[in-house]
Amino acid sequence: MDESKRHSKEPKNTGQTSRSDLPFYIGFAMIGSLYVVLILAMLVADASYTSPGHIWASLKSREIQYAIRLSLLSCSLTAILSVWVAIPIGYLMSRRDFRGKALLDAILDIPIVLPPLVIGLSLLILFQTPPGRALQRFFPVTYEIPSVILAQFSVACAFAVRTLRSTFENINPRQEQVALTLGCSRSQAFWRVVLPEARRGIVAATTLAWARSLGEFGPILIFSGATRLRTEVLPTTVFLELSVGNIEAAVSVSLLMVLAAVFVLVVIRVSGAQKSIREMG
Amino acid sequence: MISLENVTVRVGKFLLENISFSIEQGRHAVLMGKTGTGKTTLLEAVCGLQPILAGRIVLQSRDVTALKPAGRGIGYVPQDGALFPFLSVREHLEFALQIRRWNRSDIEARVSELAALLRLEKLLHRSVRGLSGGESQRVALGRALANHPDTLCLDEPLSALDDETRAEMCEVLGAVRDRTGVTVLHVTHSLSEARTLADKIFVLRDGVINEQAPVG
Repeated sequence: MDESKRHSKEPKNTGQTSRSDLPFYIGFAMIGSLYVVLILAMLVADASYTSPGHIWASLKSREIQYAIRLSLLSCSLTAILSVWVAIPIGYLMSRRDFRGKALLDAILDIPIVLPPLVIGLSLLILFQTPPGRALQRFFPVTYEIPSVILAQFSVACAFAVRTLRSTFENINPRQEQVALTLGCSRSQAFWRVVLPEARRGIVAATTLAWARSLGEFGPILIFSGATRLRTEVLPTTVFLELSVGNIEAAVSVSLLMVLAAVFVLVVIRVSGAQKSIREMG
Repeated sequence: MISLENVTVRVGKFLLENISFSIEQGRHAVLMGKTGTGKTTLLEAVCGLQPILAGRIVLQSRDVTALKPAGRGIGYVPQDGALFPFLSVREHLEFALQIRRWNRSDIEARVSELAALLRLEKLLHRSVRGLSGGESQRVALGRALANHPDTLCLDEPLSALDDETRAEMCEVLGAVRDRTGVTVLHVTHSLSEARTLADKIFVLRDGVINEQAPVG
């Protein structure tokens, strides 16, 4: 019996609770609500610190417009690149057993557990090595726009890999085997059977990679710098505006990022891709 | 015709050695044995889904040992059907034919033929997501039969069905064999399935395969 059928036969909590269970549920709800209240309080505090006028003024600023454009461009490119790389890695990790798989698994998780500043520093050092310098003679990376994309990619791709691995693990490998007996090559079986079924996971991985990239700051600060109208993305704007004491502008940009986050969450829910993300861990 | 000659196959630490048996053209052979004895492994070896370490597999007088699953002329129905959830019933029946680049009119004709054989006419437009167990297995069977395979490999295709649907499916399988002349290798541990369908019964026990007289 496959996973989905097994889950569908599990008893579901219909919301009906006996009176004796109430204290248990209320206790849990009270502990959980502390966190929910904290999130909402932060958002309300942000919103109350600024006004539509401030937001409008921020949006008209040339620097912030540049940061919005660069953020949208770099996040979109990063998301596409991340999924492009995560599909083969996720598939191989879910389907094949090989020597060193556990080590590779740990390596793939390094960007998730490493402090963001360390990733930025590591990238900076990498591009100061002889091969890195040789590359930069023809294709400048450090403190240029490609560094922003590379910094975002270094972190976001790890999340895309995890999402897609769990997606492929949940697809019945028998389907591929059947496709092989029906005349498909391994690659046809992947394109015609596995990929269509993984579409929700792919949407989840793309949106997650996009959202992670949007919030990335540490590696960009170290590897790309915080140069206005050059490598400035939205988190950099928040940092720069705060550093000059322009808190209203910083909060306005923060609210823009909150809106983007809400948009991503809506996309994930509408696409039905939540399951892939939930099963990521 | 299916013939295995001294086949050795290993999956992890599990090893089946020197397995030999043969099934004549158009016969329905049932392979029985307790869980974990290697029935599915053997079936997968016939399908080309499990590499063999030694021996020879001959299907229709053709040595297919080195061939990929696509080149063996087999149809395969796994236990859970393994339908493609994003396709309709019609698309399942068309799948193998599209891969093998049949022309449109031939595909239409073959789909109608299969739908009639398997009583799927009214379900053709349906997504496979909402089908009952019996309907799903008929679709899986139709998908496997679409390209006129000489050999049909069934891996406990009826084990998840209720008694009534199982009896109905046994009838369908009998009709399929009679009308297509396909040679069937059918893995099961149900004695009633063996009694209803088998011309030949093989029992796999402790790595040794023995032929038994058909029961009933």
